Amino acid sequence: MNKKGNGGVSKVLSQFAILIALIILLIFFSVTTDGFLSTTNIFNIMRQVAVNGIAAVGMTMVIVTGGIDISVGSMMGVASVCCATLMVRGMHPVLAVLLVLLLGLAIGTAHGCFVYDIGLPPMIATLATMSILRGVTYIISGGLPVYGFPEGFNVIGQGYIGPVPVPVIIMVICFVIGWFILERTSFGRYVYGVGSNREASRLSGVNVRKVIYGVYGLCGMLAAMSGVVLLSRVNSGQPKAGESYEMDIITAVVLGGVSTNGGEGRIGNVIIGLLLMGVLLNGMVMMNIPDYYQRVVKGFVLLLAISYDKLSQKRANKK
Amino acid sequence: MAEKLLELRHISKKFSGVTALEDVSIDIEPGEVLTLVGENGAGKSTLIKVITGAHHPTEGELWFEGKKIENNSPAKAKELGIGVIYQELNMMPTLTVAENIFYGKELKKGIMLRRKEMLEKSNEIIQELGANIDASKRVSELSIAEQQIVEIVKAVSEDIKLLIMDEPTAPLTNSEIEKMFDIVERLRKRNVAILYISHRLEEVFRISERTVVLRDGKHVITVPTRDIDRQMLIKYMVGRELGQEYPARTTEIGEVILKADHFVNEHLKDCSLELKKGEILGLAGLVGAGRTEMARAIFGADPLKSGELTLHGKKVRIKSPEDAISHGIGLITEDRKNQGLLLNQGIDYNVSYANLKSVCKFGVINKKKETQVTKKYVEAMDIKIHSMGQMAKTLSGGNQQKVVLGKWLATNSEILIFDEPTRGIDVGAKSEIYQLMRRLIEEGKSIIMISSEMPELIGMSDRILVMHDGRITGEISDSEVTQEKILEFATR
Repeated sequence: MNKKGNGGVSKVLSQFAILIALIILLIFFSVTTDGFLSTTNIFNIMRQVAVNGIAAVGMTMVIVTGGIDISVGSMMGVASVCCATLMVRGMHPVLAVLLVLLLGLAIGTAHGCFVYDIGLPPMIATLATMSILRGVTYIISGGLPVYGFPEGFNVIGQGYIGPVPVPVIIMVICFVIGWFILERTSFGRYVYGVGSNREASRLSGVNVRKVIYGVYGLCGMLAAMSGVVLLSRVNSGQPKAGESYEMDIITAVVLGGVSTNGGEGRIGNVIIGLLLMGVLLNGMVMMNIPDYYQRVVKGFVLLLAISYDKLSQKRANKK
Repeated sequence: MAEKLLELRHISKKFSGVTALEDVSIDIEPGEVLTLVGENGAGKSTLIKVITGAHHPTEGELWFEGKKIENNSPAKAKELGIGVIYQELNMMPTLTVAENIFYGKELKKGIMLRRKEMLEKSNEIIQELGANIDASKRVSELSIAEQQIVEIVKAVSEDIKLLIMDEPTAPLTNSEIEKMFDIVERLRKRNVAILYISHRLEEVFRISERTVVLRDGKHVITVPTRDIDRQMLIKYMVGRELGQEYPARTTEIGEVILKADHFVNEHLKDCSLELKKGEILGLAGLVGAGRTEMARAIFGADPLKSGELTLHGKKVRIKSPEDAISHGIGLITEDRKNQGLLLNQGIDYNVSYANLKSVCKFGVINKKKETQVTKKYVEAMDIKIHSMGQMAKTLSGGNQQKVVLGKWLATNSEILIFDEPTRGIDVGAKSEIYQLMRRLIEEGKSIIMISSEMPELIGMSDRILVMHDGRITGEISDSEVTQEKILEFATR
């Protein structure tokens, strides 16, 4: 039902370009590395994509309103370590997870307050909380891994239902819900509206505050969910968990055609962006490219994606 | 007769087929104050922009000090000695007065700024103009009037020969206006020519030697100011035929349904109005008179300092557009691109936007219902589109306006405020909008209409309130309204 191909032909073409890039990367890595196309590796990629993908759903909503949240990586860390600590102290895993999700929602809502009520630039507000949350992660964990969880908790990150890894199922559920919210609810409509034209939205009776609080709140909660999945996957609460993940998530969302100007982009396409990033990251590891070089490559990919978005925007405005 | 400083010879300017200026010839002598008057849309701004090189005339020539200006541009005009003071001031608030005056032409010694010298020079010019401003102060600490003087000082420091002042007194108090006139007088003594644009006709008689009247882009007359009076000037300014046919009223006007009492905010100084059921109330006034601000205040788009709103005899508090819409008030804003439309979203998104609740159940949009509603208004408004998902920015101005109107019709509001509903759309679409307004009235809705096009306002309104300077200065009933009367109140 994505009949509203926003931006018409050029956007469709650019999504096509991303798909072609994905295929080229797939071919490239399967030729140059051994075992890239093996079942284990494909599942590896899927699980990695799942962790980023859950947070990307929230990030998509935030970016559609014209904002950004660069604290998601730190949020994953806090969620991971908090959840781990709660469980180690004897809390039931289900309760621990729920509490951590609430924490994510609360911190995200606070972002909404900074952005809407105080009027901070989203980049700066979340830069501050990025540092705060990472610090808190180290304080809670004392800088050491937290481990020793109840049995069964690892299902979230490592389990399978049939042949499909549980994290992938969680991601797909998040995407379906995200799609439903954005495409089928009035809240989702206002998310696009506020991103397209905030003043026109206000003058059309939209409660802009609710929308901003909502997207940042959801983004925080989904990042916390990501953190929980990550925790379960590695089975220990690492203080460094999620560090610099915001980079991969934002890049995936932008590659998926979500414009940083706001108001444009469809969540379905974000999956392609995520897959592209997942394949790229995994392929580089398989090729034994050192982490330092990987960072350089990732930076360039983000620059490229954002420049492409801005340039096509400019071209569209000239018409 | 002295040599002409600036001459405009047979200037015409067309914007994609629309004539903004037609064969205008005026001239100005050194040390002369020439005032330029005309209604909204008479072509004053375009004329200024042609002189300052921001627009190129389609036809005609500009001559400066006996020489033809070739390839005019803002930089060229500045070089020749033409300065402009716009209504919106262009200054860096965090820099000092002296830094602003010398902005972009700092006095330097090597790479070091000669701060002291710039400060002294600034103070010197300020004193020469008889003003009293400390050049070391930050601009943000100054009043609007003082900031304006700094703009003038800045222009004077560039050795100007012609200063164009676009409504310089609009934001000023009476005593500040006196000071401004004093400065104009001093500039004139320095042999600077002044082209003065004002909506306050008293000022025209106060300071100018000659007056140019523009109307509909045409030069009506240039007269020595002492040879005319206010009445004559207004006659020259209007004199337009009503031309267009306006649909006639067929229903009765009912009781008062909206009452705004003593509205005060940043732009409004104690405004009150009443709107009756089934009435079209016109709000007249020149640009900046406070009409849009009044509409926004009623709609809850801008906060009020004080004032009361009564709907159907009950006091209500409207704090946001959201409140206003739930009370059945809609505002069709004048700026449809920035305030009306979601340009990069589809027609369906736009039409259902202000009334999404009606097609939703528990926050979930019923797509079928939404499409039905959109279709209904697209058909009712006869909007020409090729698909529901077509982006609003791809439509023509008239069709865009119809999308905005469709959005508000979909809210089924009983009070609609139309702010410049026909701006920038073609004649056919205009008459459709007039028909629509009549139809709404027949359905028992009430309308407040703001328009700068007087014939349209007179043709459509049952009653007209005239605003000037944040106040309502007069009320004119349908039977006795004339353009002259409106202008009389609007320039008071």
